[in-house]
Amino acid sequence: MRKPMWALLSVLAVVLAFPAAGVTKQHGGTLNMIAWEGYTQPQWVKPFTKKTGCVVHQKYGGSSDEMVTLMRSGGGGQYDLVSASGDASLRLIFGKDVQAVDPSKIPDFKNFSRVFQSPPNNTVDGKHYGISLQWGPNTLLYNTKKVKPAPTSWSALYDAKYKGKVTIPDNPIQIADAALYLMKTKPSLGIKDPYELNKTQFDAATSLLKKQKPLIKKYWALASDEIDLFKNGDAVIGASWPYQTNTLVAAKAPVKDVVPREGATGWLDTWMVSAKTKNLDCAYKWLAWISTPTVQAQQAIYFGETPVNSKACAIMDKLSKGSCAQYHANAPLRYFKQIHFWKTPIADCGNGQKNCMDYTKWQQAWTQLKG
Amino acid sequence: MRRRIGGALFRRPALRGFSLLSPPVLAFAVVYIAALVALFVSAFWTVDPFTSLTVHSWTLDNFRQLWSEPTYRHVAIRTVSIAAAVTITDAIIAFPFAYFMARLASPHMRAILFVLVLLPLWASYLARVYSWRLILNSNGLLNWTLDQLGLPAANIAYTNTAMWIVFSYIWLPFMILPVYASLERIPHSYIEASRDLGAKGGRTLRSVILPLALPGIVAGSIFTFSLTLGDYITPVLVGGASSQFIGNVVYDSVNQSSNLPFAAAFAVVPLAVMGVYLLIARRVGAFEAL
Repeated sequence: MRKPMWALLSVLAVVLAFPAAGVTKQHGGTLNMIAWEGYTQPQWVKPFTKKTGCVVHQKYGGSSDEMVTLMRSGGGGQYDLVSASGDASLRLIFGKDVQAVDPSKIPDFKNFSRVFQSPPNNTVDGKHYGISLQWGPNTLLYNTKKVKPAPTSWSALYDAKYKGKVTIPDNPIQIADAALYLMKTKPSLGIKDPYELNKTQFDAATSLLKKQKPLIKKYWALASDEIDLFKNGDAVIGASWPYQTNTLVAAKAPVKDVVPREGATGWLDTWMVSAKTKNLDCAYKWLAWISTPTVQAQQAIYFGETPVNSKACAIMDKLSKGSCAQYHANAPLRYFKQIHFWKTPIADCGNGQKNCMDYTKWQQAWTQLKG
Repeated sequence: MRRRIGGALFRRPALRGFSLLSPPVLAFAVVYIAALVALFVSAFWTVDPFTSLTVHSWTLDNFRQLWSEPTYRHVAIRTVSIAAAVTITDAIIAFPFAYFMARLASPHMRAILFVLVLLPLWASYLARVYSWRLILNSNGLLNWTLDQLGLPAANIAYTNTAMWIVFSYIWLPFMILPVYASLERIPHSYIEASRDLGAKGGRTLRSVILPLALPGIVAGSIFTFSLTLGDYITPVLVGGASSQFIGNVVYDSVNQSSNLPFAAAFAVVPLAVMGVYLLIARRVGAFEAL
C-alpha cells in the first residue's frame, strides 16, 4: 500500500510541477490587467499578442471603487495595468499604486486632442500617470413619448412632474451631477468645479439629492438595470451613458439622450501602469497598441464611447458609417469644454485651500442618501 | 509499524473515535470558527482613510458609528423587519400546504408535490429573481392582468413590497420541508384521541396539531429568517430607492471604501440577531425537528 502511494504522489508532483515550469518560462511576456468589461476584446487583444508575444490576462472590475481595491489587494503588484476612470485615477496616483509613464514612448500620443494629453485626472505636476484612452459624457436620457417637451436642462431630474419615474446611477460620484446643476443655477454658492466642494457647497448638493429622492424609482447599479427600467416603462427620464441609449435605440425603444445646457459630467479612462509591474516593456507595448487609430476606433464602436486619438475618426466611419459624428470624435473644443470629467474628490481644493470634502465623505453621504 | 497502530486503535475505541473525527473537527475549527473570530476581531480595527490600509489598534469607533448614525439603524431595522415579514408569510403559506402533503395527499400525489416544491430550487436564484422583475414591472404580467380585469395598475415594482414578495417566494421550500417533516411525525392515534375526547376540527388543530408542528415551523423560520437576513442580491435587483439591506452596506464598505473593519462590525449585527433567535428557537424545541 505504501509504495504505490509514494509512486502516485511523485507522479502528482511531476504533473503539478510542469505547468508551473511553463508559467515561469512565459513570465516575461504576461500582462495582468484590471479592465472595464469590453475593454480587452479579442478583436484587438489577439493581434496584440500575435505582434508582441505579450499574453494578456484580464479581470473585469465592476466599479471604480472595486478597481482601486483590486490594485491594492495583496500589497499591489498582482496586476500590471488598470483602465482607471477619472474617479479612481487620483486615488491610485496619490496612493502610489501606479507609476509615471513617458509619453514619448507612445508614437500616437501626438495625435491625441490637446485636452486629453494632460488632463487633470491623470497628470499631476506635469507627470503623466498613464495614457488617456476613451471618454464619454453622462447624458440625460428620456422617453420621447412620455417626456414632452424634450428636456434641455438637468432640472427635469428634479421635477416633481416625473415622480416615481426617475432613475440615476448608484454611485457616490453622482453628487457631482447635482453640484454641476447648482453651479449653473445657484451662482451664489460659488461652485467652480463640481468635484471640489467645500462643506457648504457639498451640503447644498446632497440636500438637493435628498429632495430628489422621493422622485427616484431606483438608483441603478448596472447599465442593464437602467435599460430594463426604460424598456418596461418604470422610468421615463434619468442620468445615463451613451451605451444605454444605443442599446435602447437598437431595441426600438422611444428614447433619446441629450447633453443639457448646464453641460454634463463625463468619464475619461486612462490605462495606468502598476508601480510594482514586472513587465514594463510589455506594458509600454500595450499603451502604444491601444492608442493606435485602428484599435481606438474598434474600441469606440464596440463600447459606444469616444476615442482620444483624433486620427481614429476616419477609421470609425469606415467601420460604421457616421459613427465618428455620432460619438463626437470630431467635435470642436467647445464641446469638450462643457464636459466636466470625473476626478476623485480630494481635500485639496486646487485653490490653495484644503477644506474640500474628500471621497470618503462623498461615499458616506451617498450611503446616507440611500438610507 | 502498521500492525502496531492498528492494534492500538482496536484496543482504544476513544482513540479510534478521536482519529476519525479530528480531521472534520479541525476543518470546522479552522474554516468556520476561525473565520468568525477573525470577523469579530477585525470589527475593532479601523482603516486609514488615505491609504485604505487596516490600522490594527483597538477601538469601538465602528460600533459607535453604527449606533449614532441613524442610517445604519434604519438599514438594520428594515432588514430584520422584512426578514420577519417573510418568515411569517412563509409559515402561513407553508402550513396548509405541508398539512395537505403530509396527511391528506395520496403517496403518488405527495411525490408530485415534493417535486413541485423542490423544482424552483433547481433553477438559478438569479433567474427566479429576474423573472419576478418581469412580472412586477409597469408593463409586466401583473399590471397586464389587472388591466384586463379593469382594475387599476399596481405599482409595486422596485419597492420594499416587491422584496417581500420575492423573498417569500424564494425561501418558501425551506419552510415547507421542515413543517412537512414535523406534521408527518404526528401519530394518527393522537388525532383520533382528540376526536374521541370530543374535540372538533378547530380544537384538534389548535391543541394537538399546531403545538406538535411548532418545532417544525420554528426550524423552517430559522432558514427563511437567516437567509433573508443575509441576502444582498434581491435588494439590488428588485428593491427601490430605499431598499438597502445590511448585506448591501457590508458589500459597499468592502468594495467602495475598502473598509473591512466597518463591514465586519456591521456583519456582527445579523450574527447577534441570529444568536438571540436561535436561543429562543432552542427553547421551543426546534432543533428536534431539523
